[in-house]
Formats: sequence, C-alpha cells, structure tokens
Amino acid sequence: MHLTLHVWRQNGPDQSGQMVTYPARNLSPDMSVLEMLDHVNEQLIADGDEPIAFDHDCREGICGSCSMVVNGLPHGPQKASTTCQIFLRNFRDGDDIYIEPFRATAFPIMKDLMVDRSALDRIIQAGGYVSANTGGAPDGNALPIPQHTAEAAMDAAACIGCGACVAACKNASAMLFTAAKVSQLATLPQGEAERGERARRMIAQMDQEMFGGCTNQGACSAVCPKEIGLEWIAKLNREHIRSKLPQAT
Amino acid sequence: MSNVQLDAKIPDGPLEKKWDRYQADMKLVSPKNKRKCRVIVVGTGLAGASAAASLAEQGYHVEAFTFHDSPRRAHSIAAQGGINAAKNYQNDGDSVWRLFHDTIKGGDFRSREANVYRLAQVSNHIIDQCVAQGVPFAREYGGQLANRSFGGAQVSRTFYCRGQTGQQLLLGAYSSLSRQIATGQVRQHTRMEMLDLVIVDGRARGIVTRNLVTGEIKSHAADAVVLATGGYSNVYYLSTNAKACNVTAAFRAYKRGAALANPCFTQIHPTCVPASGDHQSKLTLMSESLRNDGRIWVPKKQGDKRPAHEIPAAERDYYLERKYPSFGNLAPRDISSRSAKEVCDEGRGVGPTGRGVYLDFADAIDQFGQETIRQRYGNLFDMYSHITAEDPYTTPMRIYPAPHYTMGGLWVDYNLMSNVPGLFVIGEANFSDHGANRLGASALMQGLADGYFILPYTLGDYLARTQRDQLTPDGAEFKQTETETKAHIQRFQTGSGKRTATSFHRELGELMIEACGMSRSAEGLQGALERIPQLREEFYQDIVPPGKEDNVNSALEHVGRLADFFEFAEVMCHDALTRDESCGAHFRAEHQTEQGEAKRNDQDYCNVSAWEHTGVDSPPQLHIEPLKLETVKLAVRNYK
Ligand SMILES: Cc1cc2nc3c(=O)[nH]c(=O)nc-3n(C[C@H](O)[C@H](O)[C@H](O)COP(=O)(O)OP(=O)(O)OC[C@H]3O[C@@H](n4cnc5c(N)ncnc54)[C@H](O)[C@@H]3O)c2cc1C
Ligand code: FES
Repeated sequence: MHLTLHVWRQNGPDQSGQMVTYPARNLSPDMSVLEMLDHVNEQLIADGDEPIAFDHDCREGICGSCSMVVNGLPHGPQKASTTCQIFLRNFRDGDDIYIEPFRATAFPIMKDLMVDRSALDRIIQAGGYVSANTGGAPDGNALPIPQHTAEAAMDAAACIGCGACVAACKNASAMLFTAAKVSQLATLPQGEAERGERARRMIAQMDQEMFGGCTNQGACSAVCPKEIGLEWIAKLNREHIRSKLPQAT
Repeated sequence: MSNVQLDAKIPDGPLEKKWDRYQADMKLVSPKNKRKCRVIVVGTGLAGASAAASLAEQGYHVEAFTFHDSPRRAHSIAAQGGINAAKNYQNDGDSVWRLFHDTIKGGDFRSREANVYRLAQVSNHIIDQCVAQGVPFAREYGGQLANRSFGGAQVSRTFYCRGQTGQQLLLGAYSSLSRQIATGQVRQHTRMEMLDLVIVDGRARGIVTRNLVTGEIKSHAADAVVLATGGYSNVYYLSTNAKACNVTAAFRAYKRGAALANPCFTQIHPTCVPASGDHQSKLTLMSESLRNDGRIWVPKKQGDKRPAHEIPAAERDYYLERKYPSFGNLAPRDISSRSAKEVCDEGRGVGPTGRGVYLDFADAIDQFGQETIRQRYGNLFDMYSHITAEDPYTTPMRIYPAPHYTMGGLWVDYNLMSNVPGLFVIGEANFSDHGANRLGASALMQGLADGYFILPYTLGDYLARTQRDQLTPDGAEFKQTETETKAHIQRFQTGSGKRTATSFHRELGELMIEACGMSRSAEGLQGALERIPQLREEFYQDIVPPGKEDNVNSALEHVGRLADFFEFAEVMCHDALTRDESCGAHFRAEHQTEQGEAKRNDQDYCNVSAWEHTGVDSPPQLHIEPLKLETVKLAVRNYK
C-alpha cells in the first residue's frame, strides 16, 4: 500500500518546526507505524538526509518510549495501543497520515518527534517510592495482602510512563500519571508510612513542572495504552485532601 | 605475553558456607570514606538500577549512565513471565539446594557451582526486598504470595505480576534509584552512551561517553566502573530484545583487556511471532506457557500451501510429539527451537515467509472448551491477533524461534569483577550463572541478585583493599581515549557509500543466525569467519556517512553499534568453533546422539572459554577456566 505522511520536523528545542510531506510507498499492511517510519528513514539516510528522530525501543507496548500523535490522537487510532503496536492495516491505501510530537509545555521538543519527558521522572523522584533500603526486609509473606488489593495496585502500577495522558489533555495535566503511582502505593500497606507526604510532594512537583490542572474530561484515560482508569484521579484527589488532615502522615 | 589471568577467587570451605564466609572476611569501607568514593554504573536496567540504588544507600557517590531517556525504559521492562526464588512457599519440596541444582543442570554443567549456589541463596531476599518496595506481586485469596511453575520446573517457584513481571521489578528498582537521585547521592546521566572504558595504571578508572542529544564526547572518572549494559542478542538483528540493546559497552571493555566468556552461548526462544516480511524490525515473544495446551505441527508434504484447516490429520506432522514422545510439545527450549528450524529448512514451514510452524489449540478447545482456553491464555491470544490480525481460536497460531537471551558475556570472578581490576560486570552483561542455557525466570533473579545483594558487598571489598586517590578526568589516559573515540566516529564520515546500517545489520544477522544460531557446524562457522571480515570491510566502504554529530542522530548511533557487532560476531564464531561439543543451547551438528540430541564432551570442555582481544585483524586468544564440579554429578539430559 501507499501512504502520504506529513511529519513534524524540528531541528532542536529552540528552533521552529514545520510539517514535511513524505510519500511512503510499497508498504505492507503488517508493518507497524514505527516500521513505516523506519522505511521512510532508510530512504532518507540512503539519500544523505537526516532521519526523522523519534523515541522507541521495545516495540511491544511496554517501555513507554514511543510517543507521537498520529492523526490527532496520542499514539494513534487504536484503543489501548502504543504507536509501536499500531499496524498499517488500520489505515486505507492512499491515506494521508499526520504525525506530530506529544505537545505540552512540560515536554519540550528535542528534535522532530522526540520530546523530553524527564518531568515525569522528577515527579517520581519527589516521592513515588517506598523508602525501603536494600537489606533487612521482612519475609514477603509476613505481610498478607488480599488478592483484590494486590490486583487493584497492579491496575494502577501498569502505567508505562509514556505521557500520552499529558498529550491528550487540553490542560496538559499529568494527573493520570501521578495518580497511578500515588494510588498504587496508597493501596498497598507498604506505602502507608509515607502516604500523605508522598501525595503532597508529588503533586507539588507536578505543578512545578508546569503540567496543567485537571478538569475531569477524561481524554487522558481514553488514550491511555494501558487503560488506566479515571477512578485513580479521584483517589489521588482523595489522597491529597487526606494528606492535609491533621492526623495524616 | 598475555595480560589475562583468570582466577575465579572462589572462597574456600563447603559450598553452603562460602558466601557467609566471604561476607565475614570481606573488608569494609568506613562511612566517612564511602562518601569519598565515586562509582560509575553504566546501565540502569534491573541490574544497574538495583546496584546504583543500593550503593548509594550505603553512602557511595554514584554516577549512573544510560542511553535511554529514563531508567524505566530499559529492556528489563519487557520481561513477562516471572522471577524465581527458592522460598518453597508451596511446600512442594523446593530449596536453595534444588534451585541451585536445577540451574546448574539447566546450564548443562557449564557454570560455576559457587556462583550459582550464592544466586540461589540470595534469591529469597530479592522477593522480600521487592515486596517491601511495593511491587504488586500476584497473591492468593488469603493474601499470600502466589507462585507458578515456569519453563518446565517441577516446583512452583516463580513469582509474577500478571504478564508484566519485568516491568514491575524494574519500576521497583527505578523507584529506589529515583529516591537516591532526589537526595543527590546518585547523579543520573540519561541519553548518554558509553563508548569506551578508561584504564589508568592497570585499573578501570572511568569511561568516555557521547551525549546523544548534543554529541559531546566527555570523560568521567571514578574509583570503579560497573557495567550493567545487558545482552547482545541483537547481533542477530532480529531478536526479542529491544531495538537499542547492543554490545558496545561490553565490547569496548573487551578491547581494553577484559575477557569475553562463552560468547557463543545464546538462547533462542521457541515461541515468538514469526516475521511477517522484510520490513520486520524486531520479534515479539509469546509466553512459553502456550505450549502447555497447544500442539505444534507442520504439513508432512513440502511446500504444502493449503490453509491449516484443509490439511487432514494424517497429513500433519506433530514433530515434537513424534520425536520426543514423553515431553512432546513441552520439549526444552533449545530442542523445540532447533526442531522448528529443521522442518522449515526442509521446506515444510508455514505462513507467508515459510519460516513458521503451527501452534494449534483446536484439540485443547475441543477438550476444555473455548472459555477455559480463554481464561488460560486470553491476553496472549489477544496480543497475537493484535499483531497478526488472525484469530487463534479458529486458526492455528504461527510461531518461530527468535534469539532471546545471551548467557555469554564479560568474564567475571566470584566478586563479579572482570580480569581488569576495578571493572565489575553484572546482569545479562556478564557470563556468570547460566552456563550454556538459562532457565526461564532466572535472568531477573540474577540481575537483581547481582545488583541488590552481591555487588554492593564485593565492590566495597575491592574499594577497601585499593589505594584510592581523587582522580579527575583530564589525565593523559582520558584524553587519549577521547581522541580514539572521536577518530572512530570520524571513520564513518569520510566515505561516499550508499548502504544503510540497517541493511548491513540485517545481512550480518542472517549470516549469524544461520552459522551461529540454533545449530552450528565447523563448516558453517569457518564460512562465517571468512565472510564476516569481508562484510565488515564492505560495511566500512559502503556505509552512507551518518552525518551530523552535534544533534540527535539515530543513523550515527546505529553505525557505531553495528561496527562493534561486526567484530564481536567474529569472536562468537571463534568460540562456537573452538567448543567442539554440543552443550545446552550450543548445538554442534557434529556432536549429537543418534536421536539428534546434544552430546556433551565433559572430558575436554567442562570449562569456560574466555577470549582476549589481540587486534581487529588477528584472532582472539583463548584462555580456559576449568570448571570444578564438586557437588553436582554430571548427568546426561534425556527428554525422550
Ligand atoms: C521479551 C523478553 C522477556 C523476558 N522474560 C523474562 C522473564 O520472564 N524472566 C526472566 O527472568 N527473564 C526474562 N527475560 C530476560 C531478562 O529480561 C533480561 O535478561 C534482563 O532484564 C536484563 O537486565 P539487565 O539489567 O542486565 O539489562 P537491561 O535491562 O538490558 O539494561 C541495560 C541497561 O544498560 C544501558 N546501556 C547499555 N549499553 C549502554 C551504553 N553503551 N551506554 C550507556 N548505557 C548503556 C541501557 O540503557 C539499559 O539501561 C526476558 C527477556 C525478553 C527479551
Ligand atoms: S516502543 Fe516501547 S512502548 Fe512503543
């Protein structure tokens, strides 16, 4: 099949960018969107031009590296999928495809489709952990955790940190990302000791990184490749309020 | 005169007491002095992140490097199945001894007893540590940790988080690391690729990196260097590894004098989604558990292009059931992989490329009903149909083996230190524990054992015994290494070639999978050893100059990594050729039983082969570390 790509090209953070059109010919419907970009890049490289820069690694939907807006949707036109897991059979022969980077103030563009998402790492650094030094941990079974609790924690923990939630949100809010980590640890007994402090610090960091506020539209959850639910944002709000109460840790 | 001295430094005493004794005898660095010690950790996957966090908690200053934009992206994130530990929570007879024994046997008696025993010993602490971090392991209704049996083990010792165990363990280690980054105890360097090792007065004292965003080449000095840079399956181009996995860090250390051990020991996983065409950029692993209920077959006739449902039972060859009646479809990874390749080589493969075999659930669905099968494998079936657009409930799945894990790596002693003093190697990057084949769910265990529980002790012992000084990265050795790194990059910029790195990488991969993959022969390996240097020459002649150096440039990154793969591939083939026996995943066609089983030669090859670099155009020099199996009895594997 043949497609026409319109791809955002931008040389560096401080430069202006524009959409550039590339014909992508002789594609197979079994190719992923990233393999289609590989195909175009092969030609660019062979011609001595600069390849389109984009983040990717695992190509199986778990590392959270791939990050692009395809036809207006973060990751692209398939529910619960990362771009690397979207195949060309989702498009029609002859289609035009528009590919842009994730856009948010907190995600400066580094080059082309590659953005800097280290703000998400700094939110984790602010408190997304249990302070358990290596060594001396009690036996894993010493603390029974009901199955439904462990499963709920796992639902939240499934976040791959891709940032599609931010890209989808009109406020570029990182609430879903932050909620997932806060909720995972607030659901588990191990997270109890630092529960209030964690919520406070992670939310403060989120604000500091210039992510926007949440207005409960749910675009984040709709594009989330791991289908992290909006209920975690409710939980985050609850955790935040709870952390302001006098008895909270 | 060779510089490589292989002394495994295994502590004296009975096997069960060695690690205790080591810990009792090791030297400690005082808290005050720890603050003055600087350690470079390259790689922040499971092994590197756990090591960096643990070292920082102890008070060392850590500089952590990764070419990813975040530690959470490391290839470890993709591990699905689970992690082993000898907890015996299921009361099914597991023990440290049994995990140790299974690992040695699984490695076909080509690993060191003392290292493997220690691995089994610390395995239990890993689970405790991860639980304490909030890793959401699967639980029973009563709240106890759940286990499953994995990869043919007779006990249920595998802990898991749905199908995302690697993700959750890595996020656990990443969270501990993040906490140390926040305190400033770890300084993180992301999108930074190590391109060389710096040796000063015979000790590893630093690295040279390239900033993948600005292109800056820079030196970093430390009291010790830890490599946790993962495996090299991408030498085959197509593998289940993430695209960026490469051998550069390990290989540059090799070129600076570190020995490479057993590089030909690579594991090819039998159940992966087959390539759909030439555009394929990597392969996806399907959980091996599918083989519990799926039946593997190909048509009896060559070139039979009929769709699966039109091929009557009498014209199907259930080759694993036929050849291995008692294990059938559950035959070990290497046997299943090799058999699949054989039937495809005979022209009986299925699917568009002819490189695939059926994994058919029709009988299981008849027997148990579609609902039961959905409960067991629903998510895997979804994943498969997502990728292939075929419905495995009605059409048999197609699978094909793919390179998956590399047992070989840099040689290390009991301290996980290479033969270069001050250079430690952990995780998949070292060769230490899996011998000639790795058991399922044991790589995560080894990476975390190394990072949380072994290296933080052994590195301390090294630092305590070493004269320290405050080295800065501006000495002659650093400048020299930087100059060489820049020259290496320049080498690609001058030509006027027309071929891309991907096209060369693909060709190297095809050559390697054929000559040094599932089945190897002297003839094939000799052919590869002739062809690889030619291809490497063509590569240097015909490669398109990768262009800009001061910006993000994926072409430049790929060319550099591929150059190392080319040289490394030769070492692999030398190793495979020299190891004139079959063992574990290393199958030499000349050495098989009448039934086509691997035939070991314990007399001559119960050892580790460690290779020393002698120059790009001269063959590497072989050093042998004999393996003394004092506790485990050598036995022949029998899967009939
Ligand atoms: C699909 C799949 C499924 C698997 N499932 C399981 C399983 O169920 N159970 C199990 O036990 N094992 C499994 N494995 C194996 C296991 O995941 C790996 O062996 C293990 O995670 C390797 O961890 P590591 O820390 O050694 O390396 P990696 O996770 O590969 O990390 C390497 C790190 O080094 C960095 N790096 C590398 N080179 C450089 C350089 N030159 N400069 C700077 N940084 C560098 C990278 O950025 C990265 O941070 C699986 C493997 C695959 C491919
Ligand atoms: S490349 Fe890893 S999630 Fe897409």
